[in-house]
Amino acid sequence: MKRPEPVQVIKQRRDATLQALINAVPYISFMGFKFDRRGDELTGIMPYRDDLIGNPMLPALHGGATAAFLETTAIIELSWAMIWDRMEAGEDMTHPPLPKTIDLTVDYLRSGLPRDAYARATVNRSGRRYASVHVEAWQDNRSRLFAQATGHFLMPAQGE
Amino acid sequence: MENDRRYSNARMFIEALPHAKALGMTLVHIGEGGATMSMPYDERLVGDPDTGVIHGGAVSALLDTCSGTAVMSHGSQPTGTATLDLRIDYMRPANPGDTITAKAECYHVTRSVAFIRATALDADENRPVATATGAFTVQQTRKGTS
Repeated sequence: MKRPEPVQVIKQRRDATLQALINAVPYISFMGFKFDRRGDELTGIMPYRDDLIGNPMLPALHGGATAAFLETTAIIELSWAMIWDRMEAGEDMTHPPLPKTIDLTVDYLRSGLPRDAYARATVNRSGRRYASVHVEAWQDNRSRLFAQATGHFLMPAQGE
Repeated sequence: MENDRRYSNARMFIEALPHAKALGMTLVHIGEGGATMSMPYDERLVGDPDTGVIHGGAVSALLDTCSGTAVMSHGSQPTGTATLDLRIDYMRPANPGDTITAKAECYHVTRSVAFIRATALDADENRPVATATGAFTVQQTRKGTS
């Protein structure tokens, strides 16, 4: 039987791949989005910043910032799921082609408070060409979502 | 003129919204239930590093802001609005380097909900980059109170 790789080697490879995926997109850095990884599970984080506000009177997060956060979390989750097996097999997946958004429907459940937001996406269906992803976002309580979205994505051509 | 004042007031208000400002949005036109806004190309907003195409999230933010502005400009004079639901269809990538312009129309308003349609265009105005439909809340000061 093959000896399993040391845990640091596995972690380093996964973290480096995820970081490369995120760093490749200028808009993710612009918005300050981060991703937390536990095994293959990802949580998107939108750390609060004053320039994410859309309604200064309340104040509330801008619906556009929330939509962008949900869409980004969906794309990263989908890409991550897409490259996971090859990455685990030891292939360099630090610069994969990304899925493209076909449509995104955002459901605003309550106004976004001026604090950090979190999101997790679930790939409900991933075919060779199309994928359907659901994503949920919350702030203080995991069970009190402030927004959710469903999107369809065009998968990049595979098997090169 | 009344219209000029309305435009400059609306422009000041919208361009001061922190996230609209962060993305460099400007108000081009505001009318009865309609609005036009633009967002210049900016390398920081790129979503696909291989092509330089703007991220869908930035286009969504522009469509959302423009739609909310269209709601606020409606004849029923809402005092506030928030997005309830927004569906965005991405037709094609925006041409890298082009300013993106959004046009939103508030086509129906009830006492509590406003329905909008919006389109995002780049320099090629005949082929939309993205379209959106949505529902927004309508806040109104009740008659007899205030």
